[in-house]
Amino acid sequence: MYRRMRMPTLWREMDQLQREMNRLMESSLRPGSFSPAGFPAVNIWASEDRQVVTAELPGLKASDIDINITADQLVLTGTRTKEEIKGETQLHRNERSFGKFTRSIQLPFMVDTNQVEATIKDGILEISLVRAESDKPRKISVKTA
Amino acid sequence: MTKKEQKEIQVTDQEMAKVEDQERTRERRVFIPKTDIYETEKAIVLIADLPGVDPGSVDITLEKNILTIDGYANLGEQPGLSINYSEYMPGDFHREFRLTEEINRDKIEASVSNGILNLTLPKAEEAQVKKIPIKTG
Repeated sequence: MYRRMRMPTLWREMDQLQREMNRLMESSLRPGSFSPAGFPAVNIWASEDRQVVTAELPGLKASDIDINITADQLVLTGTRTKEEIKGETQLHRNERSFGKFTRSIQLPFMVDTNQVEATIKDGILEISLVRAESDKPRKISVKTA
Repeated sequence: MTKKEQKEIQVTDQEMAKVEDQERTRERRVFIPKTDIYETEKAIVLIADLPGVDPGSVDITLEKNILTIDGYANLGEQPGLSINYSEYMPGDFHREFRLTEEINRDKIEASVSNGILNLTLPKAEEAQVKKIPIKTG
């Protein structure tokens, strides 16, 4: 009886400790692992049957971006244009980059191209993708002979 | 040094560590926004990338000659989904600039759209270049 009462809390504490350790490890390892493979930097969120691709595109409007999807490939193309400043200007600091960009992203599953939604808000592009019905895993029932 | 060089804006970057020294009330990463600075005849124009920051979440203060920009980003969490590939980390933005030019504080204009901050700092009358006609006589 004594044991039964004690064990669960002990395991719970161990679990918590492990979670905490993982969190610490993750947060200290993360910075180095953020290296965009190109412009724009993308993040991919996923579940079994749905996926969201986000990209940092400050200053771009919906009309500046082209999105093409073929089966399991997402291609982002567009141009980032420099703001025009009237009159004679002197440039003091130049950190932002401009020009054409293309990014091809391999998706983990085939996408239903009729269900793609894309929005851009505050410089973040969000593309919502749904897994194609034909690509979903199927449960096969075993027949007894 | 030519006269023009003297008039240049002096930029002091705020290192990340300095931000972290302060106790922040939001537990998240803070980045230095990429910024372009132009000087026109009448103003200094500052354009900064603040992806994920909506127009209502930007604070700009000018104290003495230190211009501070703070942008609080929407982290864009996706409920029900887990991140499985990541190239950028959403976070807040913070940057300070030291202005050497006299700025007309009453006429500073700021606008935020599509994640871009556009800040126009008009030069004070006395700081504008004046052409002095030379009299012959």
